[in-house]
Amino acid sequence: MGGVHFARFLAQRVIKMAVMVFAIVTANFLLVHAAPGDPASVMAGEAGAADPQFLAQLRTQFGLDQPLSTQLWLYVSNVAHGDLGMSYRQQRPVAGLIAERLSATLLLTGTAFILAILLGVTLGALAARRVGRTSDSLITVLALGLYATPLFWVGLMLVLVFSVWLDWLPSFGMNTVGANLTGFAAVLDTARYLLLPALTLGLFYMAVYARLTRAAMLEVASQDFVRTARAKGVPEGAVQRRHILRNALLPVITVAGMQLGQLIGGSILVETVFAWPGIGRLAFDALLARDYQILLGVFLVTSVMVLFFNLLTDLLYALIDPRVEVM
Amino acid sequence: MRKLTRRALARQGLVAGTLAAGLSSQALTSRSASAQTPAVTPKKGGTLNTILTPEPPVLVLGVNNQGPTQLAASKLYQGLLQYSFKLEPLPQLAKSWTLSDDKKTYTFKLQENVKFHDGHPMTADDVIFSIMKYHTELSPRAKPIFANIESATAPDPLTVVLTLKRPFEPFLLMFDATASAIVPKHIYDGTEYRTNPANQKPIGTGPFQFVEWQRGNFIRMKRFADYWGKDQPYLDEIIYRIIPDSQSRALALQTGQVQLTQANDIEPFDVPRFKAMPNLEVQLIGWEYSSQLAWIEINHRVKPLGDVRVRQAINMAIDRNFIRDRLWFGIGKQATGPICSTTKFYDPAVAKLSGYNPKAAMALLDAAGLKPDAKGIRFTIKHMPLPYGEVWTRFSEYFRTSLRQIGIEVVLETVDAGAWARRIGDWDYETSVNFLSQFGDPTLGVERSYVSTNIKKVTFTNTGGYANPKVDELFTTARDADDPKVRQEAFSAVQKILCEEVPQIWFLELAWPTIHDKKLHNVIKTATGPNSSFDNVFLS
Repeated sequence: MGGVHFARFLAQRVIKMAVMVFAIVTANFLLVHAAPGDPASVMAGEAGAADPQFLAQLRTQFGLDQPLSTQLWLYVSNVAHGDLGMSYRQQRPVAGLIAERLSATLLLTGTAFILAILLGVTLGALAARRVGRTSDSLITVLALGLYATPLFWVGLMLVLVFSVWLDWLPSFGMNTVGANLTGFAAVLDTARYLLLPALTLGLFYMAVYARLTRAAMLEVASQDFVRTARAKGVPEGAVQRRHILRNALLPVITVAGMQLGQLIGGSILVETVFAWPGIGRLAFDALLARDYQILLGVFLVTSVMVLFFNLLTDLLYALIDPRVEVM
Repeated sequence: MRKLTRRALARQGLVAGTLAAGLSSQALTSRSASAQTPAVTPKKGGTLNTILTPEPPVLVLGVNNQGPTQLAASKLYQGLLQYSFKLEPLPQLAKSWTLSDDKKTYTFKLQENVKFHDGHPMTADDVIFSIMKYHTELSPRAKPIFANIESATAPDPLTVVLTLKRPFEPFLLMFDATASAIVPKHIYDGTEYRTNPANQKPIGTGPFQFVEWQRGNFIRMKRFADYWGKDQPYLDEIIYRIIPDSQSRALALQTGQVQLTQANDIEPFDVPRFKAMPNLEVQLIGWEYSSQLAWIEINHRVKPLGDVRVRQAINMAIDRNFIRDRLWFGIGKQATGPICSTTKFYDPAVAKLSGYNPKAAMALLDAAGLKPDAKGIRFTIKHMPLPYGEVWTRFSEYFRTSLRQIGIEVVLETVDAGAWARRIGDWDYETSVNFLSQFGDPTLGVERSYVSTNIKKVTFTNTGGYANPKVDELFTTARDADDPKVRQEAFSAVQKILCEEVPQIWFLELAWPTIHDKKLHNVIKTATGPNSSFDNVFLS
């Protein structure tokens, strides 16, 4: 594909994304305001005592006494200026709150994603190559089992084994508090806390990739060009890697692209079980507290990331399979 | 002037009146709130790991007063007073206090050498600012009571004189850290309290000072070196871990990753197994000040719930022993009326709700003209379970089953906390579950739910819409009288009426388990339990 062609494609996609983001912001705004209750009534409900003036005071302070259309206009124009607003409850800028939590989530989901891809594709390829043998059956059974097991149960079992029985790994949190670790010691410390939640989150997707890779490879293996490659004397290892696996990876990339989008918001359960300070819990707590500003901020950030990952997936297609044109 | 300090009371041999009850000679010499001398000598050092859930929005008392905020911020801020298990006032930032003979002027002598965490000395000005401006503006609970203060003066930096417009007998119950914490005037005066940037780094006089807060992860506080208490506090650090899942919390306690859990950290059904662990201690005291009473919230505007016979029938359809023993696993106490047995002016002679008796309940419904149809159903009501955890859901399921037995069909409508508060506040419910703190005195925490003048569209008022002129009158008498005897008579009369009319169906006096490592000492020493300053808590 030519450079000009590519630039046009990219520009078009970015404009489309901007329109999408605007639509998402508006829809989200209307959606969260449709939920019964507002931040003021939640705070009154927690205060242990309340009077109508207290409620009115809070609503005025949060700007909730304005008509919804005014509030929407204010929000959209603020977002257009790069301002995600202030959290009602915490009185801190939403952008900062999200930034604090986003890194934790990206670390968790990124690790889980890499674990899932590496292990899943390796196991899938192994199973496809040894199809019908015991190792294939073992991998298939393992993948099927993990695929069918609920996430939180896997998490609880991992905790039971590694934290309670063996006492090797901590069962909650992200780092040792107050240890003031730096450099490699700090990385190692976080890694110990990261392992169980990342495994819990990654095992399910590992199973998906393993099954997908195996099926795709078996399908590709029966095609004519593979037979041709073998006939012209390409070594078996190269056939597997360059001819079969590379062609079988396309469906894996499709699913992985979708998973990347889900990884941002899809880790609430794991973050809750392991008390991991990620963005999923931030959103969930904000939902319960009706902290609209945080909720909208998280929605915005995650939807932009989903759009971004979709674009990335499309570009990756072209890289893996030159026959696919980006358009 | 009649001296009301513990020292003075003991000297003068005054033993009459509620303030003097339960004084011991040991309490005389100990500066702290300890009711007895600890068996182990306090040891310095160590980090206390504990749990906070749900995560509070800010840690500044007054700006936010929800349960988790009180728990953590009570280590950072202090009030003038704290309270014994029998709700007698004990010194905290106030060293002593006196009340004038006309019962209108309170004079507080403050502790010496008290500093805020930023190094500023705390003086009478900070106290007057906190009471007259800060809490009066921020706290719906303090506002009506502090509005009764005619003048607040500081004759010297360590003396505060508060003069009331009218005598108010429960006045001294309003000075705990959780009710009116002393905040620094130099930081807050003239600012918008709720949006003051200083709220991100709380500054109080408490034994611990704020260090860092990683949202969603932990809150860390360290020993305040300039704390006014001699040699206190003993702990180096307190770390509150934010753990949202109840099973993960139980696991953290079981594996020793935390040494203390409190409030609703541990679900009632998990408590028995911790009782069996030899290294842990389970305590159920320390909630006397808040004394929360749980009830089935009835909207009197919904037919036929306005009929007293129907409410009595519902009252007799639930088995409080079963609720306490099987749902709450023995934690808490069966309710006997509108006032908790740990709140002042509780009268066991008249607080006698009719007991569990489904047959009598059905007879009452028959008498009310509510006959069962072919399916055995007399009428159907909706019910919003309280969205605060598993045990409340179980209770609502029990409620549905119990009422089905007397022919009332209950339809559960599950909502989240935001929708719950909004719908209770808008009177948009038929029945629900609610629990309210009583703050030691029925005038402070009970009256609000039953007087017709407090029927308002917001939670924690008389949202049910119950109105009885006699009840209004008795609560007013009790509020205005300065003689405890007159107040007791009025409260006894009102308990009798309310038990007959059951405007709300009280079922449980709540207690919350405090579970801690036996190496941790002095955890529960006052009526505010884990919500106290922890200046005397130590690890052995």
